[in-house]
Order: sequence, then C-alpha cells, then structure tokens
Amino acid sequence: MRSIAIVVYNQLMNGFRNRWILGLTILFALFAVGIAYAGGAASGHIGYTSLATTITSQASLAAFLIPLIALLLGYDAVVGEREQGTLLLLLSYPVSRGQMLTGKFLGHFLILVIAIAVGFGLAAVLSAWQAGGSESGRIFVTYGIFILSASLLGATFLGLAYIISVRAVERTRAAGVALLIWFFFVVVFDLVLLAVLVGTGGNSVERIIIPYVLLLNPVDVFRLVNLLRFGHGAGAMTLSGAVMHDTLGWLNLLGILFLWGTIPVSLAIWRFRRSDI
Amino acid sequence: MAGVELTDVCKRFDETMALDHVDLNVPEGLMLGLIGHNGAGKSTLFKLVLGLIAPTSGRVRVLGQDRRPGKTPYELQVRIGYLPEVVVLYGQLTGREVMDYFGRLKGASCDQRKQLLERVGLAHVANQKVKTYSRGMRQRLGLAQALLGDPRLLVMDEPTTGLDPIASEEFYGIIDTLRSEDVTIIWSSHVLSEIETRVDEVAVLLQGRLIATGTMGQIRKRIGLPVTIRLSGRFENIGEEVKTECARYGHVDVKDPDHIEIYVPEAKKIKAVAALARIPSLTDIQVEPPSLEALYDHIVTRHKRSDEDA
Repeated sequence: MRSIAIVVYNQLMNGFRNRWILGLTILFALFAVGIAYAGGAASGHIGYTSLATTITSQASLAAFLIPLIALLLGYDAVVGEREQGTLLLLLSYPVSRGQMLTGKFLGHFLILVIAIAVGFGLAAVLSAWQAGGSESGRIFVTYGIFILSASLLGATFLGLAYIISVRAVERTRAAGVALLIWFFFVVVFDLVLLAVLVGTGGNSVERIIIPYVLLLNPVDVFRLVNLLRFGHGAGAMTLSGAVMHDTLGWLNLLGILFLWGTIPVSLAIWRFRRSDI
Repeated sequence: MAGVELTDVCKRFDETMALDHVDLNVPEGLMLGLIGHNGAGKSTLFKLVLGLIAPTSGRVRVLGQDRRPGKTPYELQVRIGYLPEVVVLYGQLTGREVMDYFGRLKGASCDQRKQLLERVGLAHVANQKVKTYSRGMRQRLGLAQALLGDPRLLVMDEPTTGLDPIASEEFYGIIDTLRSEDVTIIWSSHVLSEIETRVDEVAVLLQGRLIATGTMGQIRKRIGLPVTIRLSGRFENIGEEVKTECARYGHVDVKDPDHIEIYVPEAKKIKAVAALARIPSLTDIQVEPPSLEALYDHIVTRHKRSDEDA
C-alpha cells in the first residue's frame, strides 16, 4: 500500500508540473460553463435554459473529449518510462509491477477526476445560481451523477491506454493505436450501427439486439446514463434509448460503466505482470 | 556469503538464447567488471540479478538468497542499488524531488537523501529541474539514487558514459569508498582501460556465454599474450645488430629509427629486459603487459574462429 501511495503521489506531482491538471481543468471549465451559459443560444436565448438541454450538450462534449484526454494521458504510462529508462530502475526498487501500474493508474485517474470535478462543478454552481433556489438540489444531484459517470468513462479509456502502453514497443506507435481506439469508439461504432439500422430499416430482431450492442461501447453507456435520467423527453427519444429506459434503467447502466472503468486496467495489470521486461 | 551467484543459468527469449549455461560467482565485497559487446547478454544478466526476470533454467542467488521475481522480500530488494545506462530521471521534477520519490520507495531517511545529493556534488542544483541538468549531472543523480538505503550490492551499467574526466575521478572516488565498505559491485563498461585498473575480477560475455572470468593476472596468464617491450634511443648507427639482438626474444617491430617494439612471451620477459638494457645508446625502456582491450580482442576472435570451425 505504501509503495502504491508513493507512486500515486509522484504521478500527481508530475501532473501538476507539466500542467496537465491545470490545463484540463481550465478546458473543462470553459466548455462546461460555456455550454451552461450559452446552451440555449440556438433557440435565441442566452443564459440558463433547462437542465435537460444543458446536460445533453455537456454529455455530448464529454463523450467526445474525455476519452481522447484519457488516452493521451495514459498511452505513455509504461512505454514512456521504458523509453526513458526509468521502468527497469523503478522495478529494481521494492515495488512490484502490480503496485507500480496501480499507482500510476490511480495517479492519472485522480488527475482526471480533479479536472472533471472542478470544471463541471463550476458549471453546476453557475446553473444552480441562475436557476434559483428551488431547482438547485436537482441540479447538484444531476451533476454529481454526471461527474461520477464522466470519471468512470475516463477510467475506461485510461485503462485501454494502459493496455496499449504495456504492449507497445515505441511511444509513437502507442500514440497511433490510442488515436485509433478513440476514433473507433467515438466515431466509427455509432456510425456503423446507424448504417445497419438505416440499411435494414430496423427489423424486429434488431430492435431487441441493438440496445444491448450499445453496451459494448462505453461512450454510449455514458451518454445513456446521463440522458435516460430525463425520461422519454430528452435522450430517450431514440429507439434504443427508449428500450434501454424500460429494460435497464440508468442505475444499471452506471453499474455497467463501472465494469468498463475497472476491467481494462485490470487486464493491463495482468498483462504487465506476465510480460518480459 | 556470495554477493551474486549464478549456477548453470540459461535465459531464452523466444528463439534466442540470451544467456547460455552461465556460471558466475561474485564473492561479497568483490568488484567485478563485466565486458561484452551490445547484445552479448549483459542486460539480461543484470535483469536476472535485479530480480526483474526469471531464468529459463538454473539458479540465481543474490546476497545469500534465492532470486524469485515478484517474490523478493522487501529487506533484500532495498539492499540492491542499480544505475541503469543512460537514464532520464523525470525531467519535470527537481533533483531533490527525484531523490525524495526514490528515497521514499526505499525507505531512506530525509537526511540520507540530502547527504547523497551533497556526496555527488548536486546539492547546489537540488532545486532545479532535472531536464536542465547536463549529462554528467544526470549520471551523478543516477548514482545518488543507486546509493539510497545503503546497498550491499551495486549494479552499474556503463556508469561513466558522458562523464568528463573530473567527474569520472569523483565517481571513482565514491566507488572506492563503497569498496572499503565491502559492497559487492558489478560494473559493465566498454571503456576497458578504466575497468582493468579498478576491478578485482573481470568476466567476458560473448553471445550469451561467459568465455573468460578471473583476475586480470589469471586471464593474462591463461591467454599468454606477449608483453610489449618498448625501446627508445638513437639506433640508426647501430642498425641490424640491435635488430638481431632483439629478435632473439620475440617478434620485432621497428616503428622508426628511434623506437623499437618487441613482443616477448611472459616467461622470457625478465631475461629480455636484462639483455636489452645493455644496448648502447638506449635512452628508455618500457614494459607493458597486454591490456584488457588486447586480451578481449584476442578472446573474442579466438571464440569466433572456433565457432566457425565447429
């Protein structure tokens, strides 16, 4: 435990030093507050509109941005240390491979959580202030769930980045694979699904299967968690959303997101322990 | 107690045999120079000793305990210091922070972290980021971290790469202190001249096999390379006479009219020097045993030749 804590601390120090934490927090805060304030601009209205609209826009943004940032943060976790020669050195210390990877992961995860919590927390405070006292309870709960699910989404892609990093021989190649992973989950996956649906016109078998296929993409799970809470009105308008709403519910989806957040990193650790250095 | 003991160790990576039946015994307090080309198996041997990988077969013991990767007791692991070849130690952090990080992992006290920075002459830049350090300063920081927790075994991979002559001298000074404390040291280097005068024994690795071990004297004797005798003087008037005299002891190489080199077998050395010293107009005579470099070249070519024959 002590060793893990020391590695976490070092990782956080690094995060502060190379301004990852500062940069990310500002980035999230700008976007989140911007959307909270100007989200209704399309309908000719500046300022707070409705919680559902704001969260929907913010979820789309987070679904796009957080996987990318998590991948960028994590892809060189192992291969970077290997290239600068500190990997062998670190492992010659009384630190096991599992401890080292766990520590680094938790450090990176904390960096993400800090940035997400501060950035979107500010948006929550702004919204609560603009909406007035009566709604603030609901707003904080909604943002609490948003921050939790966004953190789990971050953990998912951080874990995927770690798998890449453990297996990679070169940093540059790890970066390339990380971008491909992002492209697949954020762009290709939904596009292919949509193409299939449109192409076949959505027969009855697909109506049953497609919602479950969505569970294979953590980005979609994240979106659904945040949209389904607003009932049939906001995100649940879509076919799959409606099915999900009735069968799984947002809480179960959060559980699935938790699995997504923990399984990849566990695989990375397992793989790292049995690889040759 | 043995500092490091390898018994019939093999390590195979897929198709390649990185270490091939290696037996090596480094008694506690001994300083061993490990030499070999890149890819000869040096880093594999280091990884085995550090407990980072397990041997395919054979047995590795360090400081009297069996090495089982992943199952090393904390007490053993903190007694081992490692200085990797060319290491970039977290450029974003300051020297002090790097020492704090590694020091905490090894359970070294604050005092010791500070002392070590002073000992390697980095106290004045302790609060600067490591990326601003020169190559030599980085290497010294590397040495400082290797000395955290008072190691009983120190493994150094090309430690003097990038050090200027003054920094090298300081480095040798620190190593001498460690020797007086009976620390077991394994040191790989391709600056063979620095190794040969400083280590107790050398071990030569070639393609995963240990092809020579022992003290410099033992290896010289076994290989029987000739001693070089260098004569200086004004020889042009004497000419052939000197040459014939010299040729009685060994192969003669006339560099120029004023300098002659003779390669004499070890056994004839004293007789030759006594006789050659009587040559008129001789101004200087030097006797030089074969250098580690010459021995290394010899061993490697001989092994390559015997491989081709086989």
